[in-house]
Amino acid sequence: MEFTFSPLSEQALVIETGTIINKESEQAVRKLSSLLEKQKPDWLVEFIPAFTTVTVFYDPCQIRQAEVEQELRLLAAHLDDVEAPTPRQIEIPVCYGGDFGPDLSFVAEHNGLTEEEVIEIHTSGIYSVHMIGFAPGFPFIGGMSEKIAAPRRKSPRLRIPERTVGIAGMQTGVYPIETPGGWQLIGRTPLRLFVPEQDIPSLLRAGDEIRFTQIDEAEYREQEAKRDAEHS
Amino acid sequence: MLNIRKSGLQTAVQDLGRTGFQRYGVIASGVMDPFAHRIANLLAGNAETSPTLEIALSGPVIEFEADHFIAICGGDLSPSLDGEPLAMWRGHFVRKGSILSFGEPKRGARSYLAVAGSFDVPPVMNSHSTYLRAGIGGFQGRALKNGDSLKTLPISPARLNALKNQNAQTPDWLIPPARYHEQPIVRMMPGRQYALFNEASRLRIFEETFTVSANSDRMGYRLEGPELALEKQEELISEAVAFGSVQVPADGNPIVLLADRQTTGGYPKIGQVASVDLPLISQLKPGESLKFRHISADDAQQLYIEQEQQIRQLKIAIQMKREEWT
Repeated sequence: MEFTFSPLSEQALVIETGTIINKESEQAVRKLSSLLEKQKPDWLVEFIPAFTTVTVFYDPCQIRQAEVEQELRLLAAHLDDVEAPTPRQIEIPVCYGGDFGPDLSFVAEHNGLTEEEVIEIHTSGIYSVHMIGFAPGFPFIGGMSEKIAAPRRKSPRLRIPERTVGIAGMQTGVYPIETPGGWQLIGRTPLRLFVPEQDIPSLLRAGDEIRFTQIDEAEYREQEAKRDAEHS
Repeated sequence: MLNIRKSGLQTAVQDLGRTGFQRYGVIASGVMDPFAHRIANLLAGNAETSPTLEIALSGPVIEFEADHFIAICGGDLSPSLDGEPLAMWRGHFVRKGSILSFGEPKRGARSYLAVAGSFDVPPVMNSHSTYLRAGIGGFQGRALKNGDSLKTLPISPARLNALKNQNAQTPDWLIPPARYHEQPIVRMMPGRQYALFNEASRLRIFEETFTVSANSDRMGYRLEGPELALEKQEELISEAVAFGSVQVPADGNPIVLLADRQTTGGYPKIGQVASVDLPLISQLKPGESLKFRHISADDAQQLYIEQEQQIRQLKIAIQMKREEWT
């Protein structure tokens, strides 16, 4: 496989495993990540895997960028020896529309559908988590039907409440904490996706398989109350 | 112990950031001006990684409940001790009962207060930084409020005395030259998607003046100036961003991502600010302006290495000075 390397900064190098999101480029990202985790070269500060890239942050006082590239090319040559882990299956309950999903009507209108049809399409898919990023525990989820695709907002919202479910282009995702962002908002889940008290502070991981299920507001309130009781 | 009589606009415990959890989407947080933070710690006899108080624009009123040794570095927010102006970029012995307060922001936007022994706050995910949006880290996961008591770790009388004696001898050359200009030239590498921008945008970013919008915070500074646009509009695949990445949403106004930046982003990056120049941006107030100047990644790395050498020399000099008194 041909990888390309280019700088993000004077202390970060981006390895691109492909120019489109597919099984091959994603597997390569996961394998590179697990190799970096195992080898932990002493110049490595940390790394951020994404859809088709792994960005490697290094200590600029220890190593030059050209040398980082050489080391990573060596690592990449051993990808075939690495096994990718089996995916986990996780269900995410969502209360769609209303105050929780103020852009549900926009997504429906944009695609010539009713709000109910958008919900039906969103809950019928089996999705996979491509990457965690942007916010703590935030999953970028692939596998959404193009029938409910919608462009990002022209200017990002300054505040989106935690656990809001959104759509951006061909992607759907859930905001784990209150944050600004440009996604179209369609609903909210009672599940906590960011769990800072745990060693791995994210409920979801790259590679997980996900289903969304619809719950009404009463169920949402019930699950939220139950979750808060367990947490405290 | 420090009694926070008045909290100021936004005063929060920060360190050099939460490293190693960005792959789980956990933002780095940490100080906006790492240089000022590190020097403040060194002057106060702390490790560079120790937590400091980041003080923004309108500073707090703090009462010291015991004898302490402190240093304030960064933007000049007119600090004073018991009503007397307090020099920045050097250490000070403060007596029990002294009151530290701040006045007008003269130059820069953020000051860093280091206290010898440093603050006694529990680390979360290996860092003392306050992650305001998630409500974790630092002092109870939030900025300080009126009436808070911020504990410090104990420091021996002998150590305090050594710091105090050394303080009397603080040489002028320990005080760095004025770093924060009102209209700085900020060195910037072309970003990962620089080539996707139209020709006018690629030229304007390095030629014209940009102003910091009121809608700016620790996450990022929104800049106003000539509109920037891609050659052809397209949705990009999200990827990692860094401290100082300059991304351009579809509205054409660039955003410089700072300490509380997200870990990844889907907007095209026109540039990447050289690490050594990040404090120049972090210390700007809304309404102030800046210009970008081109630098290569290699040259930016060289500048970084040189600055690290300077900080190391400063550290050795401070330690030698201190040893004369212990």
